[in-house]
Amino acid sequence: MDLIDVHEIRVPTTREGIRILPGEKALAGGTWLFSVKETGLTGLVDLTALDWEPVTRTESALVVSATCTIAELSRLTPRSLRTDPVRAGSGAESRLDPYALFWQCANSLLASFKIWNVATVGGNIALALPAGPMISLAASLDADVVIWAPDGTERRLPVATFVTGALTTSLRPGEVVREIVFPLSALSGRAGFRRIALSSLGRTGTLVIARVDPDGETVFTVTGGTSHPEQVRFDELPTASGLERRMRAIDSWYDDAHGPVDWRRAMSVRFAEQLRVELGGAI
Amino acid sequence: MKFFVNGETVDASPQPGQVLRTVLRDLDHFEAKKGCDSGDCGACTVLLDGDPIHSCLYPAHRLEGARVTTVAGLGTPEAPLPLQKSFVDAAGFQCGFCTAGMIVTASTFSEEDLGDLPRLLKGNICRCTGYRSIRDAICGTTNTQTPAAGTAVGQSVRAPAGLRVATGREEFTLDFTTTGLAHLAVLGSPHAHARILSIDAASALALEGVHAVLTHLDSPATLFSTGRHEMRTDDPDDTLVLDPVLRFIGQRVAAVVADTVAIAERALDLITVEYEVLPGVFDPEAARAPGAPLLHADKGEAQRIAAPDRNVLAQMHGEMGDVDGAIAAADAVASGTWQTQRVHHAALETHATRGWLAADGRLVLRTSSQVPYLVRDELCHVFGLEPSRLRVFTARVGGGFGGKQELFTEDLVTLAVLRTGLAVQYEFTREDEFTIASPRHPMRVSVTLAATSDGTLTAMTVDQLMDTGAYGNHGIGVMYHSVHESISVYRCANKRVDAESVYTNNLPSGAFRGYGLGQVIFAMESAMDELARTLGIDPFELRRRNVIVPGDDMVVVDPHAESDLLIGSYGLDQCLDLVQGALAAGASPPEPVDGQGWRFGTGMALAMIASLPPRGHFADATVSLQADGDFEIGVGTVEFGSGTTTVHSQLVATALGTTVDRVRIRQSDTDVVEYDTGAFGSAGVVVAGKALLTAATALSALMLDRAYVLTGGSDGVIESGGVRVGERLVTAAELLEAGPLAASGHNDGTPRSVAFNVHGFRVAVDSATGEVRILQSVQAADAGTVLNPEQLRGQIEGGTAQGIGSALYEEMLLDGAGRVTTTAFRDYHVPRFADIPLTEVYFAETFDPLGPLGAKSMSEAPYNPVAPALANAIRDALGVRPHELPMSRDRIWRLVQG
Repeated sequence: MDLIDVHEIRVPTTREGIRILPGEKALAGGTWLFSVKETGLTGLVDLTALDWEPVTRTESALVVSATCTIAELSRLTPRSLRTDPVRAGSGAESRLDPYALFWQCANSLLASFKIWNVATVGGNIALALPAGPMISLAASLDADVVIWAPDGTERRLPVATFVTGALTTSLRPGEVVREIVFPLSALSGRAGFRRIALSSLGRTGTLVIARVDPDGETVFTVTGGTSHPEQVRFDELPTASGLERRMRAIDSWYDDAHGPVDWRRAMSVRFAEQLRVELGGAI
Repeated sequence: MKFFVNGETVDASPQPGQVLRTVLRDLDHFEAKKGCDSGDCGACTVLLDGDPIHSCLYPAHRLEGARVTTVAGLGTPEAPLPLQKSFVDAAGFQCGFCTAGMIVTASTFSEEDLGDLPRLLKGNICRCTGYRSIRDAICGTTNTQTPAAGTAVGQSVRAPAGLRVATGREEFTLDFTTTGLAHLAVLGSPHAHARILSIDAASALALEGVHAVLTHLDSPATLFSTGRHEMRTDDPDDTLVLDPVLRFIGQRVAAVVADTVAIAERALDLITVEYEVLPGVFDPEAARAPGAPLLHADKGEAQRIAAPDRNVLAQMHGEMGDVDGAIAAADAVASGTWQTQRVHHAALETHATRGWLAADGRLVLRTSSQVPYLVRDELCHVFGLEPSRLRVFTARVGGGFGGKQELFTEDLVTLAVLRTGLAVQYEFTREDEFTIASPRHPMRVSVTLAATSDGTLTAMTVDQLMDTGAYGNHGIGVMYHSVHESISVYRCANKRVDAESVYTNNLPSGAFRGYGLGQVIFAMESAMDELARTLGIDPFELRRRNVIVPGDDMVVVDPHAESDLLIGSYGLDQCLDLVQGALAAGASPPEPVDGQGWRFGTGMALAMIASLPPRGHFADATVSLQADGDFEIGVGTVEFGSGTTTVHSQLVATALGTTVDRVRIRQSDTDVVEYDTGAFGSAGVVVAGKALLTAATALSALMLDRAYVLTGGSDGVIESGGVRVGERLVTAAELLEAGPLAASGHNDGTPRSVAFNVHGFRVAVDSATGEVRILQSVQAADAGTVLNPEQLRGQIEGGTAQGIGSALYEEMLLDGAGRVTTTAFRDYHVPRFADIPLTEVYFAETFDPLGPLGAKSMSEAPYNPVAPALANAIRDALGVRPHELPMSRDRIWRLVQG
């Protein structure tokens, strides 16, 4: 929709050009910003002309720019690993390869592939919706977010803690998300995925990803069902009761039109246990 | 900036913050539709450099050099893309408002994508079809025919507007240019109940570009109802164009008329209002209890409000026989209390009106309405205008489902045009649709049924309580209708009905497909299912033993009630057999394999509905012969997706021995024919259709008479282009030499008949998650003569899809203090392609002498049995009965938990 209070849009092409004044917001794809009325939003700073390389690889990490589109990100999953979203959500179809997650999380967006052509990874994370699937992806793979501060410095923190609650993050005024750094170590083990919504392809009720790294470290990440990412970590695959005890200790369950707390908690606990078994845990 | 639209270079200077969709429409590319304005519905889909995007979300400042392709750029009516032609041939649309976006999206699909349609189409909402025909269109399946002259009735004729819809040329309400157009925006009440003490609009008026600020001081003093019926006295006079008392959040406080929507909205912020906040009441049970805040205490019998001293708009209490005695003596009793939710119509085109003064000084309104004549008449009543001073018409309307049997935008536009002399437009946003339009009435319905051991019903009680919200639009009619065919379909000696329609400070409820029947049928058919279980009798068999049959009276609680409702034809027995047979035949389906917790069940339910509304439904129609042999018809009925216009062309083409392409249609305009009550209560085919058939038959006789004279006394037969007399074709031009040939027809919509629907489901329910998977869906319908099989199938599938939405997914949420919290499609789940199974559709073979060529109406009806059939299947699977809609996954999961 037209943003009627916006009277200026600046399109910087260099880092120095990024200045976000009071009343202004950084604009990436725009698929959220242009979908809601927002009073008092007077200006936008469009980050998409900075020409950030969507995806780069270093020796230890896969680096995804904030402005990488979801369409580009989804292609990180090779065709052979692309699952049907409904069957993947219920566990009827699983790949155990962490690279399957890019596709699965892209398909966890309420919006279709058309939105993927414009929406960005950084935008989805900075928006901090509980159901933001790029948060699910990045948090579950222990990715860091790299933030550019207006004074020219940058800082880096885990996506799992960057998102602090529904629509809140640790981003300070004037800061922008530059990139998401996925450590290759988290992509070299095994991972499983579960998701449920109140309709087959609807907005996430809860989404649980479990990951076992080559060194045995095991991480269960809950998003969607909680107001911010919740992670439960073990040095090795836990026992059923050990996992359940920790899952039940989570206390940030989220309540909105996409599912009540009791159901979201029950589904999350159930999914975690299914994933524990799927990844080789003793029954 | 320069960019390209459909290959043509365009120059545009979009405002900062504007989106591509706005720029396109400003460039007269009206094929980019505005359905939600938030990227959820997909109606605005275009290609940007070859990739499909939602143009309502795309920032216009990025467009320099971009190549944009709309549905109009993909093909023309003369040279359509094969996919566009396929949407017409498959009957892949009904109202057609989603079609442009649907086709643009599908134009990007490869052969291998055809197996992935649920995923790829999750960003496209179609509210009408149920998606099966869209799948057919995308896969190239043809479902329609091109009948020979004189044979159109009974064949699957394509919609006359088909190619225009599929290529983006067909105009909907706002798809045209008006120079100097001003826009209207409304300041909504922040309070659920308040009195306006003062309004200061000086700053708003001072803003450049603002033409007027309208408040209750400008409002006509005539009370009316936004709900429209043939008789204005069917609804209470409880509403003003602008009222100093505010009874729900979002109710109009003031309206600004300005050069642009943006200026009008900015001006709203500059209006200072002082309110006296009043206590509110938000639950209908609390609202009718002593001591509750009263909403309309200043009104009474004169305004047709039953008991304003306890917030009761309408009430019905009646009993026949000895209900308590029969229950005490019964072998089996089943009872329960069921609750239904608010359901949003989700017509993809929002309510909108554009009005202006014509050169002759008449006020002209082009509106998204099902009832242009009723709108005209009520505006004349409220504003004191002569009917000749006002013309109301519609273009194609993007869906209705009852939601446009209301006067939501026309009155303010009338006030604004009369005040300013400007052309003025008022368009609802999608948020407006959720917060200030009128959803389906939520109801709490208690039912008790008693029977003897052989399954004979001996007692029936229904206690219905409905929340009509702050105003009573349709709150009387829905109440009476809700407890009519739901109850009178069963023979039972002892019946009791208590029903009340109660005001609260929630948003007003209104007319919705089924008009109250769906809610009570959900309870009644659930109770019947429970009774069948208690008795150990098959649910189909229990119905057979108790439903009315030809010769029976249709009785609610007064066996002596006068009524024009007759069993004109009867196919309920066939419908029961067809569904039972289909369920039995489909007994070994593919079943879910993931997880261990799946349980399986079967359920059914029936529904009866009157073929049109009571107390008069009138239609005039005209047919005239044109010199080229075509016929021009004039009819009042609006086309909003039910396919009435197709059927009208079929009826005329058949009666006049021609092909449907030779029937030109003028419609839905108070200037076209004398009168038409409107397109509601499923009346388009059975009232206006009959009037048209009368006119066409009369014209046929006139043509034969003239040919007889011209040929010196030989009898001929009508054929395409004129009259065949022996070897000679007397052409239309020859026939017209002696003067025009035209005839008119009239129908008064009485007596009325009844139609029947039976639905059956087999489901799998995951007890661990609450997920319901539909393994088989079957509906049988008794619509009399089937005039257009593919369209009828489409209506039934669409009604089923809407029913599945209401049963499993859709729920408007309020915060308990009158504020709607689900204000966008992303928070209110309208079924997508992935959610709707194929439905097997069967037709009973009946002929109804009351309808045109034996036909009965079938547009609301298919919705009504869906929710209870699904509930009964879930009950069968789980052993526990759902009592609340929607039967969402969390609710089903909780039901299993106990």
